[in-house]
Amino acid sequence: MEQDRYLSITALTRYIKRQFDRDTVLNDVWVRGELSNVKLHSRGHMYFTLKDERSRIQSVMFSSHNSKLAFRPENGMKVLVRGEVTVYEPYGQYQLYAKEMQPDGIGNLFLAFEELKKKLEREGIFSSERKKPLPVFPVEIGVVTSKTGAAVRDIFTTIKRRYPLARITLFPVYVQGELASESIAKAIKQANELRMHDVLIVGRGGGSIEDLWPFNEEIVARSIFHSEIPIISAVGHETDVTIADFAADVRAATPTAAAELAVPHVLELNERVNERKARLIRAIAARLDAEREKLARLQKSYAFRYPAQLIRQKNQELDRLIERLTREAKLQLNQKYEQWRNINKSIHRHHPEKLIIQGKERRKQLTKRLAREMQQLTNRKKMLYQQSISKLDALSPLKVMDRGYSLVTKDDVVVKSVYDVNPGDMIQVNVKDGLLDCHVWGLEESKNEP
Amino acid sequence: MSHDLDTEKQPSFEEEMEELETIVEQLENGDVALEEAIHLFQKGMKLSKSCHDKLKAVEEKIDQMIDEEGEIMPFTIQEEE
Repeated sequence: MEQDRYLSITALTRYIKRQFDRDTVLNDVWVRGELSNVKLHSRGHMYFTLKDERSRIQSVMFSSHNSKLAFRPENGMKVLVRGEVTVYEPYGQYQLYAKEMQPDGIGNLFLAFEELKKKLEREGIFSSERKKPLPVFPVEIGVVTSKTGAAVRDIFTTIKRRYPLARITLFPVYVQGELASESIAKAIKQANELRMHDVLIVGRGGGSIEDLWPFNEEIVARSIFHSEIPIISAVGHETDVTIADFAADVRAATPTAAAELAVPHVLELNERVNERKARLIRAIAARLDAEREKLARLQKSYAFRYPAQLIRQKNQELDRLIERLTREAKLQLNQKYEQWRNINKSIHRHHPEKLIIQGKERRKQLTKRLAREMQQLTNRKKMLYQQSISKLDALSPLKVMDRGYSLVTKDDVVVKSVYDVNPGDMIQVNVKDGLLDCHVWGLEESKNEP
Repeated sequence: MSHDLDTEKQPSFEEEMEELETIVEQLENGDVALEEAIHLFQKGMKLSKSCHDKLKAVEEKIDQMIDEEGEIMPFTIQEEE
């Protein structure tokens, strides 16, 4: 048997795949077609069929590539795709693996979009510092959109449901077509001149890239940028991103989302009021409890409950103090008395009475002695005197004259020598009972006298 | 500026909420005298009632439309069937 001639399906598929991969045209192919069966997988990969009048090709664009798309691929959309064609082995199917995709026929719009975006970005129109915060409790809400259509209805019903306090003002504008961008910009300017609104919602519902185009116009972006009223943009569906979205203060995915961002929910507000009220009551209750407890503590305090007892206690304390004072005073007194006694004793010991008696005695004796001495001295002196008198008496010249001696004087001077007088001189001779005036006749010197 | 005139006449919900929050914080901090605390509490309760009333008794506000000429007219959404 010729079993070896049969290939396995896997081997065959691999062979076919190699043929595809070897082909330079299929490695990098540019195709034009219409999208159908567009499916976005939950993991972000996009599956679709590309077709024209006669043929179709199964295609896939992985999330790494389709996340960069600046538009939302939709069924029926004509697109230009660049990618490679290869075989998906499990299904034995050849597929186009798309890497780039552009809407066909509006390629110029895309270029314009990218250029405008870059330009405005450079000017700082998208800068986050320039974005205004949304009011927390808006009262007046302006809506710039078409008077008809899903967008205006979604916005009105959402706001009314969430926040009946608000009043909504609609600025009806064209949201597609030639006149749209101008009318949108004008309405934003008008709202700013009125200066009545707390926040503006600018947008429209979903549509084709061409439908949304007015929101990619420079005039709209600039009017949004210059608005003093905070603006929420809401253009198309979640995947649609326009220049207006970049310029707006807040971008909402859809008009409904814009309404939700614009106003708080009334229930939420009620909840907030309730929460504050509860905190208020809790705070005052806690405060009152604390004060009450403080008061109770004071009332329960010992002094407050038993004032009499406190007085008794104080009385007792006072008694004890007086007792102590008395005891101390006595003690002090005794000590002082003892000191005094000691001192007194010593004073007595050293009393001068004895000294006085001794002194008196001594004085007596001394007086006696003095008298005695005096007597003796007097006696002695008396005796000496007597002796002297006798001696004096014995020596008296009168006594000598008694015995015949006389005293010769010349002019009251005693003559002791012959040389004291001259012959012819007058002299006096004193005798016992008188005086003789005599005249000297001559002199004779004694021979034996030297 | 119709709503500006309104806010001059009576405080807005937002202002009342802010005042209420300030009062609650003051009370929670507990560094006010008791009389002042009771006064604040009474004021806070008044404010919370006023906030509630504002949320509850919403007069049906007539929504409006302003056209390009600045003409103001009432506007209501026609609910879809």
